[in-house]
Amino acid sequence: MTRRQRRLTLIAGALLVLAFSAALVLIALKDSIVFFNSPTDLVQKHVEPGQRVRIGGLVKEGSLSRSNDLAVHFEVTDGANSVAVAYRGLLPDLFREGQGVIAEGVLDGHGMFLADSVLAKHDETYMPKEVAEALKKQGHWKEDYQKKIGAIPAGKGP
Amino acid sequence: MISELGHYALILALCLALVQSCVPIIGARRNDPVLMSVAPSTAIVQFAFVAISFAALIGCYVRSDFSLVNVFENSHSAKPLIYKITGVWGNHEGSMLLWVFILSLFGALVAAFGGNLPVRLKARVLAVQSWVAAAFYLFILITSNPFLRIAQPPLEGRDLNPILQDPGLAIHPPLLYGGYVGLSISFSFAVAALIEGRIDAAWARWVRPWTLLAWVFLTLGIAMGSYWAYYTLGWGGWWFWDPVENASFMPWLAATALLHSALVMEKRDALKVWTVLLAIIAFSLSLIGTFLVRSGVLTSVHAFASDPTRGVFILAILVLFIGGALLLFAARAPLLKQGGLFAPVSREGALVLNNLFLVSACGTVLVGTLYPLALEALTGEKISVGAPFFNATFAPLFVPILIAVPFGPLLAWKRGDLLGVAQRLTYAAAIAAITSAVIFAMEGGGPVLAPFGIGLALFVMTGALTGIVERMGLLRVPLATAMARARGLPRSTWGAALAHFGLGVALLGIIGETQWSIERIAELRPGQTISVRSYDLIFDDITTRQGPNYRELAAHFTVRHQGQVIGAMEPAKRDFPSRGTATTETALMTMGLSQIYLALGEMKADASVAVRLYYKPLVLLIWIGPIAMAIGGALSLSDRRLRVGAPKPARSRRVLAPAE
Repeated sequence: MTRRQRRLTLIAGALLVLAFSAALVLIALKDSIVFFNSPTDLVQKHVEPGQRVRIGGLVKEGSLSRSNDLAVHFEVTDGANSVAVAYRGLLPDLFREGQGVIAEGVLDGHGMFLADSVLAKHDETYMPKEVAEALKKQGHWKEDYQKKIGAIPAGKGP
Repeated sequence: MISELGHYALILALCLALVQSCVPIIGARRNDPVLMSVAPSTAIVQFAFVAISFAALIGCYVRSDFSLVNVFENSHSAKPLIYKITGVWGNHEGSMLLWVFILSLFGALVAAFGGNLPVRLKARVLAVQSWVAAAFYLFILITSNPFLRIAQPPLEGRDLNPILQDPGLAIHPPLLYGGYVGLSISFSFAVAALIEGRIDAAWARWVRPWTLLAWVFLTLGIAMGSYWAYYTLGWGGWWFWDPVENASFMPWLAATALLHSALVMEKRDALKVWTVLLAIIAFSLSLIGTFLVRSGVLTSVHAFASDPTRGVFILAILVLFIGGALLLFAARAPLLKQGGLFAPVSREGALVLNNLFLVSACGTVLVGTLYPLALEALTGEKISVGAPFFNATFAPLFVPILIAVPFGPLLAWKRGDLLGVAQRLTYAAAIAAITSAVIFAMEGGGPVLAPFGIGLALFVMTGALTGIVERMGLLRVPLATAMARARGLPRSTWGAALAHFGLGVALLGIIGETQWSIERIAELRPGQTISVRSYDLIFDDITTRQGPNYRELAAHFTVRHQGQVIGAMEPAKRDFPSRGTATTETALMTMGLSQIYLALGEMKADASVAVRLYYKPLVLLIWIGPIAMAIGGALSLSDRRLRVGAPKPARSRRVLAPAE
């Protein structure tokens, strides 16, 4: 092989691998990303039933009901709209009514959100960023929650 | 008083770093040995000052000095001593102090053990290292000072996030930072070489041990983080393609590529420009990782606090160093003398292939990690890029690497004989194919991923062994001769084989866990049983216990295997009143390489409890593999020819040494 041929082989190989990975990325970006929606977005954007989405908001007070076999129903609200969520399984430790939550799953034909994973916040000061922004957009960013964050350095003594 | 001392020491370290940033550079330019000799001393003293500063902060934590904001916010007097110490880096400010502590440690190590480096290169490397250090000292002192006081000290602290109150915190961050920050040395070497405008095979020989050291730490750090997430989160997952995980995985991929390309440069004096670029990229990815994790653009358990000024500051550091290094690269790379080209089928060719795929895989991870951030910034649309994306992009790019791994070490330098190598790998391929077929038959058809993956893992493992067996001449020569040859093999050969073997082991674990894991969820009353495979777990009762700073509800389970009691499991929920939060403590039972994994969900008033139970076959291999890889790296590092500070072997000896 001449020097020129070797160089060309190398460049052609590199371009081939690059093209292959670019194709993979583009295909995967089309098929396997999940959009985040607030309950209001779900109403306004007409998300197709069966399309995987994430929803986020607060767990509506008094909406949580449990039935047998670990089935859970609750509503996620951003203040303006809310969506009913059905989930079967174990809820995270910090899942509470009135607290932020993110759920991933699909809408069924009747407006019920069938979640297959539910995430809650990591600790008492952490609110999922998407949830906080969705709430702010609806003008329901709770003042008291913000105060709570502000109040922490002032001392939540023993 | 102690904290002021620590604060003062950190400022002195900054001053020294500033001196070290310019004086040696000027010295190297003027060829002035006195100015150049400043660098090693300042590097060592700088490390001493950062160590004092770090020790001071640890002291404040141990003494529960709540007059420091940082201690007040992240510690509690009732916390066990180990968490008082590890809590030092369980928060933003302290973790940044650990970052610069390790950074200055690496600088001091180069100063102390870089005796065989040319004086000018050493001066420049230490100066560049000091630029990075100075930027991060400034970052800490201006935006994230852990030594700030509270005017009226509270009596009690707010405690450390309970999720972090785990032995994992003692191990995972220091190891991971050892890797992240260790890559700064390769970066400094690359930038110093670019400033010098000269680079040769010896450069690769000096850089490789440092990269290898960082890589060993990074490998262990990532594996440890994965195991920690596995047992602490209660979902049975060990890798979530979370941006924070990707932030550590990308430098690992780049460092792995760098190790292999530096090998080509060292042995064949080729791929010089590429290797320098990779060294810059690897540390740039570490900086991007630091930015992603520490700036608050992501919300995760790792993002301790989001303060916009911090994000902007780190972004500025990032742009300055990555942009500056790449500009320098663009200006100087054409000056570097290009090395020789080589045949596609050769050891070099295989290593280039490895680099191509590793870097492409790294690129897809980068796109998947940054795309949601970019999209949100540009359009406001929020998306999440999760496991499906990475499975669809990363896996197809990694399969060719795995197939190629056994071939690489068997190919000769310069001109390889692919057919000959394929023949030598016949046994490995046969073992892999037969196992795949047997598994396929046992599964009764079904998805081909499991048999294919297991076959591939076995091919990688037996392929790595084949390399060693071939070199020993086992089965061809008398056993005693083979053993003597085995002893004569360089440690780096053993190290590489072990690391490749570990890769196969990890893959075996990954396939076993993802394809054959069984999940059960149920609500149980005392006396009821939940079963998985041939294991029955009987829920006995719930007990309440008081821990040092938490209350614990533990559910007691008796585990029976085909009727025989084989042990007990006690998953628990811990309630931390100081933070008003709870954690789930999973219970694990190990049987060989597999585990039973039990986590608690809600408990109801009628004493019933929700549980999540997994049977995870081969799961331990997922972490044993990386440990084997790290041991392989360490073995290679202990090779005399690579050892840090070892004198350069005489030219004649190098010719005689067996080719790798």
